[in-house]
Amino acid sequence: MSDNPAIAQIQEDVTSNDVVLFMKGTPMFPQCGFSAAVVQILSQLGVKFKGVNVLEDDNLRQGIKDFTQWPTVPQLYVKGEFVGGSDIVREMAESGELETMFKEKNVAVA
Amino acid sequence: MGDYYNRIERKLTDALAPEHLTIEDDSHRHVGHAGVHPDGGAETHFNVEIISQGFEGQNRVARQRQVYELLSDELRGRVHALSLVTLTPEEASKRRAG
Repeated sequence: MSDNPAIAQIQEDVTSNDVVLFMKGTPMFPQCGFSAAVVQILSQLGVKFKGVNVLEDDNLRQGIKDFTQWPTVPQLYVKGEFVGGSDIVREMAESGELETMFKEKNVAVA
Repeated sequence: MGDYYNRIERKLTDALAPEHLTIEDDSHRHVGHAGVHPDGGAETHFNVEIISQGFEGQNRVARQRQVYELLSDELRGRVHALSLVTLTPEEASKRRAG
């Protein structure tokens, strides 16, 4: 797929964690408003997730865009599947679809 | 309106024949933020709402991916963030009613 060494790590992250958010900054200290918004939505639902800070590594920052074929960050993965970026996650949260999806995929919500 | 506004409007209109298209330059809300162009000017952050029959049968990811592909040159250039709402006419009227 690519000679970018970050791709293997991304694959590993989305395979071995139920919920992964590729974001700018960390869940405690998001460095972008769009990333912060998704962190807040997941936290409100009480979903445990792994936050991956793409600002730590240029290979990762480019790699996640190539891996998903999606040009922006944040990106939410659930059980290995790309769910969407901040607009999609926000829409799904507002309509209740996000919580339904977590339940259907057997991801614990609070 | 700026150059990027016009390019976005033209590309989306040509490709998607939208029933409704709103493009809003939201850059002023991001002043001082990392994505703002070094010249400090506008046209880095856009909010775009597209209502098009062409989205019928596509999920959200497919719709937005299509829009990102149409605007890939702009996203590689000056545009740092694109906030998207992509609806079919039927979904839009439901949303207004809801």
